[in-house]
Amino acid sequence: MIIVTLILIIYEIMSTAWPAIRHFGFHFLISSTWQPNRDIYGVLPMIIGTVTSSLIALLLALPLGLSIAIFLSESFLPATMRHAIRFIVEMLAATPSVVYGLWGIFVLVPLVQDYGDIISKHFGFIPFLRGPAYGNSLLTASLVLALMVLPTITAISRAALVAVPATLREGSYALGATRWETILRVLLPCAAPGIVAATILAFGRAIGETMAVAMLIGNSQRLTFSLFSPSNTLSALLANQFAEADGLQISALMYAAFLLIIMTLGTNIVGELVLRYTHRRCATA
Amino acid sequence: MSITQNFFNQLGRKTSFFRLIRNYLLTLFCGFLSFIALVPLFSLVYLLIKKGLLLLHLSVFTGLPPPPGIHEGGFGNAILGTLIMVGIAVLMAAPLGILGALFINEYAPSSPLSGTVRFVAKLLTGIPSIICGAFAFALVVLTTGKFSALAGGVALSVLMLPTILLTSEQALKGVPSSYRDASYGLGATAFQTIWRIVLPEALPSIMMGLMLAIARAAGETAPVLFTALFSYNWTSSLMEPTASLSVLIYNFSALPYHYQVQMAWTASLVLVVMVTGTNILAQFFFRRKSF
Repeated sequence: MIIVTLILIIYEIMSTAWPAIRHFGFHFLISSTWQPNRDIYGVLPMIIGTVTSSLIALLLALPLGLSIAIFLSESFLPATMRHAIRFIVEMLAATPSVVYGLWGIFVLVPLVQDYGDIISKHFGFIPFLRGPAYGNSLLTASLVLALMVLPTITAISRAALVAVPATLREGSYALGATRWETILRVLLPCAAPGIVAATILAFGRAIGETMAVAMLIGNSQRLTFSLFSPSNTLSALLANQFAEADGLQISALMYAAFLLIIMTLGTNIVGELVLRYTHRRCATA
Repeated sequence: MSITQNFFNQLGRKTSFFRLIRNYLLTLFCGFLSFIALVPLFSLVYLLIKKGLLLLHLSVFTGLPPPPGIHEGGFGNAILGTLIMVGIAVLMAAPLGILGALFINEYAPSSPLSGTVRFVAKLLTGIPSIICGAFAFALVVLTTGKFSALAGGVALSVLMLPTILLTSEQALKGVPSSYRDASYGLGATAFQTIWRIVLPEALPSIMMGLMLAIARAAGETAPVLFTALFSYNWTSSLMEPTASLSVLIYNFSALPYHYQVQMAWTASLVLVVMVTGTNILAQFFFRRKSF
């Protein structure tokens, strides 16, 4: 049944996308024009936007998530506080993404607008920081994505850290290692595959995240490389255009949806495989 | 004598100053990062409560969304729409998911088919929710020619199915195999064992999984955005565009009217309370009834 569901999903999307696939072929991936009024479609800017926003989000979320995971798995804090933080992080995971979007509009957009102008004025010679700075930009979307993948990274990394056999930890302390020597030299290396898997799965989640990004990224179909300019992602494109699309545009959007499936499925399969490999390694450790 | 002396001296050796300092600094650094990560969250909760409470009256639950310029009304139809669509989704996904879990855990636990189903279900949980929307769009909206609550429900059910299947399977795994052996030992058939012994025992955990799936689906926007669309009126049929809380938040947040934006905040508060409430209820339900 569930296999049928997946096949049905891919079949329905493929068959609706077929006219666009036949019409544009591979060119769809490398063209950067998206003009519904002329029926010309290409998704290169969105693919680049999807990948860069997710990568930046990971770069920001990984150190934060990892430190929370370390704090939660070691005895830095009293148990009640650890429970409180865990509860908060779980709530963070359950909060609907439109709410993040709304929060982003009111907090992040003005923040990026103000500081972005200052930064691009002083550091504008760096291509990634070129102005003018817009509130609805690639950076804003990346920031909100970072916040949204934080619970994923924290939960899976924490599980990986907790799974490290207690004997290894005790052995390290018995040899006279300080707490951080134990964490950096023993716990993290042993939990590394799990943390890598967490990162990959979080990447898959960031790629597919739609609403908050659609509300914050500015939805520009142009190809840009600055953090402060409006950009777009595959999923935000779908969210914005599906309701009013017709004819070949529906087909082109389905093609984009198909690409999105391929990207997330690929990422998740890799993540699952790494996670499986971890289990095997922990059993022998 | 001197060897022993030397040994004890070594044992008492102090941890070097550098190592202690580094230990301390790293703790501080790590605590600082964790703190930074929690700041946006507190800001989110604070704004949600502060801005959300502004318009929170009883009329919000009974009124209709105000068009621009009008300063009264609520989102009763959106709450109802969300409930209807989640209801449709549960009706479709729950039987399939639970039966599927029964199949892979009770009837054919180690067949290659079950392994594949498990793997595919895991992959499906990772599929972006907007894809479920695109799927329902192709399957229902394009076929029937209009946006409808039914299409939204289908989209949400696709989203829920793998979650329900996986949590139900975990629930069934939690039933001790001695129960099954005892049941078979007393001469019960496979159907009797599952229906009378295994299912009642696993029910609390299955319900918990179901409620977590419901909570997640209620908060989702992307699948219903272009399947159910939005409506300013009460729902009168499953085959017409229907409002939902999440789409209301999305639409109103982009409007340039202050009152509508305020309403988006209030709707967010209601939605978050609904979702978190369901989550907490689910865990409470589960903890109380099992073991």
